[in-house]
Amino acid sequence: MELKVKTVNRIDGFQEALYLPAIFNGLRLTVRHFFKNLFGSREVVTIQYPEEQRHVSPRWRGRHRLTRRENGFIKCVACYMCETICPAHCIHIEAGDHPDLSIEKYPVVFDIDELRCVFCGLCVEACPKEAIRMDTGVIAMAYSSRNRFDYTRDLLKDTYRPNKETKYTDIPLPKTEEEALPNSRGIPST
Amino acid sequence: MNEIINIAINILLDPFIQTILKIVVIIFMFVMPLATVLTLMERKWSAMIQDRVGPNRANLPFADNFRGRGALHIAADALKSIFKEDFIPRGADRFLFTIAPYFGFAAALSVFAIVPFAAPIGDFTFQITDVKPGLLYIFAITSLGVYGSVLAGASSNSKFALLGGTRASAQMLSYEVFIGISLLGIFMVYESTQISVIVDGQNTYWFGNLIPKWGIFTQPVAFVLFFVAMIAETKRAPFDAPEGESEIVAGYFLEYSGMRFGAFMLAEYIAIVGVSVLMVTLFLGGYHIPWLHLWESAPQALVTILQILKFTLLSVFFCWLQLQIRWTIPKFRFDQTMALGWKKMLPVAMANVLVTAIIILLAN
Repeated sequence: MELKVKTVNRIDGFQEALYLPAIFNGLRLTVRHFFKNLFGSREVVTIQYPEEQRHVSPRWRGRHRLTRRENGFIKCVACYMCETICPAHCIHIEAGDHPDLSIEKYPVVFDIDELRCVFCGLCVEACPKEAIRMDTGVIAMAYSSRNRFDYTRDLLKDTYRPNKETKYTDIPLPKTEEEALPNSRGIPST
Repeated sequence: MNEIINIAINILLDPFIQTILKIVVIIFMFVMPLATVLTLMERKWSAMIQDRVGPNRANLPFADNFRGRGALHIAADALKSIFKEDFIPRGADRFLFTIAPYFGFAAALSVFAIVPFAAPIGDFTFQITDVKPGLLYIFAITSLGVYGSVLAGASSNSKFALLGGTRASAQMLSYEVFIGISLLGIFMVYESTQISVIVDGQNTYWFGNLIPKWGIFTQPVAFVLFFVAMIAETKRAPFDAPEGESEIVAGYFLEYSGMRFGAFMLAEYIAIVGVSVLMVTLFLGGYHIPWLHLWESAPQALVTILQILKFTLLSVFFCWLQLQIRWTIPKFRFDQTMALGWKKMLPVAMANVLVTAIIILLAN
């Protein structure tokens, strides 16, 4: 098999050796951009991040949240589907008896280590009850300490930030904390 | 009361005091503001060229987060470099390391000693000193500037800095040759090396009052050669091999921090202003406004103001042009820098001198 060699045509000659025509061509381009941006129509695509935010699509996988029933209980039935499918092993669930006898279980502990999470969305797809979603629109979580990335159930249950793109209105908020989550592990929600 | 005014006038008429005042005014009202603003403009203008926003984050928390479109970055930069640790690496030559930045700084500032900003009024000149050797003084001073980078590179006890210093010295020494030879034509045309004579020579005209005998028209080749050689002297892109980021990090001032690093940076921008000022003085008629002598009844004060304005505007234009070139052309490899100088610019400069001499001979 013969080697494929592509010969690059080098432009030699007086004009190239003079450099000046090439320099003027380059300057014409940069000067055009300079004056275009100096007067009026700025072509910059920069988003001034903290003040302006990037458009988030409704399908964007952001931080998780646990959805609720009509009466404010979280929908999760502690079936361990999401924990099983999670490729990053970042979900930890401990089940407990649900006070409502028609529902078998609810998660006493539901922790997500957001630092390990790869935001693949498999937990959302695996969930049979639509109990976990990633539609909060939260793009970045930034904390100064590692353990703040361990999101517990009480942190997750209400981390829904209203977003123009996500239409999510079917879940009313609970009347009180105690009513919504009996046997809470006692980690205060911030 | 009258006595006090008389004493004050006498003090102001004293040439020594006048010189001191001129130095203060030129440095603190022209050079330093322009150089300082250029440090920000370099970043803002490069952002415009590349369709970016540029620095705009520095703000005043106590004044409603006032940002001033990034203008506060000048103050932020100054504060930062003042309060940063002034680090001297182990094994460095403390004395040379300490004084090296100020060689380049002093050399860059010395250019302004002989540049006239407006036409003299009576005995009063708008020029710190009009030395007889004129441009030869500039050549001497730019040679001094080499010491800054060489001493910085040699005293830092760092291989990168040493390499950078070596490259800087080789490049600057080479391009000094072309600065000299490219200006030989100017000396021949205006028959002097003295700045005031050269500037006045550019106030004469061809074909009656049609075309001013500016350096750019009498010596167009020298204009290009001198500009290129001076850009190489400032060690900025496309001739920034002494600071080649990919090979030797920051080159000769790699080990510097804080205010000494700031001195190197500011010296670079002062050098840009110096190049612009020399370009205007030697090739664009200096302070002379073309065809203004036709308006014979022009008031002296207005003429002086217009001259200073013309000089400043053209200087700013050349500063802008240098930044524009820096953000347009990719840098030359070090051997390319040398080849461009010795194999291309030297013969062209020689030929320019020869052709100029022949034309002058035939014209006489």
